[in-house]
Amino acid sequence: MTMPFMRPPKKNPILRTRVPTLPPWTRSRVALGLTAAAAVGRFELQSCDDCGTVQYPPRESCHQCLSIALRWSPESGEGQLLSETRLHHSNDLFFRERLPWRLGLVQLASGPTLMVHLHGDVPAAPCAVRVGARLDRAGQAVLIAFPAEETPHMADDPQLREMTCDPRHRKVLVTDGKTAVGQALVRALAKAGADLVWVGEAEPWKKSPGLDALSDLPCVTRVPLDLTDERSVLQLAGELGGKVDILVNNAEVHRPFGISARRGTEAARAEMDVNYFGLLRLAQGFGPAMRARGADGQAGATAWVNLLSVYALSNFPPHGTYSASKAAALSAAQCLRAEMRAGGIRVVNVFPGPIDDEWNQTLPPPKLSAEGVASAIVRALRDGVEDVFPGDVAQEWFERWRESPKTLERELAQGGT
Amino acid sequence: MSRRDYHGIVVTTPVTVPYVRYSTHGPHRFLAQALDSLLQGSGLAKEAIDGLTVSSFSLAPDTAVGMTQHLGVSPRWLDHIPMGGASGVVALRRAARAVQSGDADVVACLAGDTNRVDSFRLMLGSFSQFAQDATYPYGSGGPNAMFAFITAHYMREFGATREDFGKLCVAQRANALRFPHAMFRKPLTLDEYLGARVIADPIHLFDCVMPCAGADAFLVMTEDRARAAGIPYARVLGAIERHNAFADDPIMFRGGWLLDRDDLYAQTGVGPDAMDFVQTYDDYPVIVMIQLEDLGFCEKGEAAAFVRRHTFTHDGSFPSNTSGGQLSAGQAGASGGFLGMVEAIRQLTGAAGERAVTDARFGLVSGFGMVTYDRCLCTGAVVLGAA
Repeated sequence: MTMPFMRPPKKNPILRTRVPTLPPWTRSRVALGLTAAAAVGRFELQSCDDCGTVQYPPRESCHQCLSIALRWSPESGEGQLLSETRLHHSNDLFFRERLPWRLGLVQLASGPTLMVHLHGDVPAAPCAVRVGARLDRAGQAVLIAFPAEETPHMADDPQLREMTCDPRHRKVLVTDGKTAVGQALVRALAKAGADLVWVGEAEPWKKSPGLDALSDLPCVTRVPLDLTDERSVLQLAGELGGKVDILVNNAEVHRPFGISARRGTEAARAEMDVNYFGLLRLAQGFGPAMRARGADGQAGATAWVNLLSVYALSNFPPHGTYSASKAAALSAAQCLRAEMRAGGIRVVNVFPGPIDDEWNQTLPPPKLSAEGVASAIVRALRDGVEDVFPGDVAQEWFERWRESPKTLERELAQGGT
Repeated sequence: MSRRDYHGIVVTTPVTVPYVRYSTHGPHRFLAQALDSLLQGSGLAKEAIDGLTVSSFSLAPDTAVGMTQHLGVSPRWLDHIPMGGASGVVALRRAARAVQSGDADVVACLAGDTNRVDSFRLMLGSFSQFAQDATYPYGSGGPNAMFAFITAHYMREFGATREDFGKLCVAQRANALRFPHAMFRKPLTLDEYLGARVIADPIHLFDCVMPCAGADAFLVMTEDRARAAGIPYARVLGAIERHNAFADDPIMFRGGWLLDRDDLYAQTGVGPDAMDFVQTYDDYPVIVMIQLEDLGFCEKGEAAAFVRRHTFTHDGSFPSNTSGGQLSAGQAGASGGFLGMVEAIRQLTGAAGERAVTDARFGLVSGFGMVTYDRCLCTGAVVLGAA
């Protein structure tokens, strides 16, 4: 039975901070298919189009019929635990620091035998289990077997926690508390058990009733933060940089229209200044300290969340300059992800469809509520997912984009959504 | 077409380049010493070696090809055999056919590896693509976890106990005390075995081999040539190999020997009861038990009872791994696949000294190699007979 994760004792600032180590990172190109699926919260294995064989480990051809027509297909994960072990020794630094470590050998109902991390609530072999794919601290997919039935406090399993970014007992910075999404995020994070939520507030002389209402929450602290001002970012980073465990960058500027409907580049520049340059300023201010704290106790630094837009994947001409700024932010976020990997910090990119706010007034439903975005982000942190497409519109765009980016571009150019 | 037997082919000149725990030297050095020992032991000139096989993990980026230039030999037949624990059996099979067909007259079969302080750890992550993708990221850093699964499953299914595994380890240590090249020189008691620290439950310290550096080698030639040169020899009576057997078994509990043992004993003309000793591949004791079953010494699932009935010491009942096996002699990389072979040749040529099995006429050597994912893929066995 998993023990609930209790608030870790306060850190002694004199003691050395443990340097982050990562589990083995190298994978063959074909094996990265597992990571590509796990990054969006899916468990997929190779199945053969010709004979239907499901196989693992990933290969370049079907081991039954030698076909090369292999497809990554959703896998239920139902299987049988054949055998288990508890490692008390490892040559790998990451695991040495976390021993003992439970591993299992599982045969899936669909056929293949898998080596898996084993959740602590799985009973002794043989027994039924449910296997899922998760990203480990190195950002690569690994398999973990869960008990067939839900158990209390499942998410608090110490091995599973090495693959997730649960906000509970962590300190979170939300960069903009003045938007509806920002306020919903603060509430959702408080509810998820965050110890402390710092809420960024630009131009504090402009009153924000929604933000004022949040001040009643005991864990919330308002902090001055203006992403367009490097000094503001660096000053806050100097104060909080070594304490932030999860950073959620939800600050954004969003103006409608494409290129020719509005003269000049003022609006586009304002969008870029927050959506792209703001991310860079934040990353330079907060990134290094977070990366150094990736193994700082049981609830150390763990995740960086960027609120992007599904328009980052393909330009939505009626919101053309906004799309461009989000595409720039996506590119920068990929760079940040590569740089944060050394500390085991997960960079989570959130790609919502249109949110039901004033700037999407003329777009037809379905539109996402601020609460919907916030709960999708908390869920992504708990599941350890790295790319999130909340809502039906985003899900549909993502599928269309995966299928054919060019087709989606043409559809959007024709005014389709 | 029926398969040709190995009649007229012999193995000679078992040599061991003494094992050391760590070495700063390259594997080429150990392999060269092995060849030098073969020449000294056989009295043959280097030019007489016209066939060569090489087995080594640490040789990369070289292969057998590069070794010819290192060693200054010009063989007319060459094979690289990267099959780990099956290398000895497979090298013998390849070499025997080369000699039978006239492609080579004298084949030197070499296996050796170095072991730098960090080289074992570095090798593990790049052992195979499947290891890199599907086992190494899980932290066991090597085969311990996989053999823990296999051992735990075997214990559950067939009722073997840690005491049974321990009996094998203790007996092999007793044998090792009479093998001058063994790395472990102290007796091992069952209590020490049972009390050892846990590595990956149920695998404990003395279930694991110790990586080290060293080399082993032997020669393959015709019986006529060996007799003419006055080189003591053992006859090759039968040999089998198999790869990726029982691929549909979800977890390993049997190996390829089971598919080919009837073939082996048909070639040999005698059955398992006739064996005077057995050299099993002992990377972990559970695998010894699986071999005892699959090679026909007892039924599937009855190895634990078999172990309880025998002593496994060189001077007792069912002499087995008479030089201590890898568990007590050490595992010098691919040499681990040669250890049983050179020991069997020694036993059958009167060169086993104080650990000699009395009047040994038939000996079986088994090989088992290459855990690329969840099981060992290469199995093989050979029966040798005294001259």
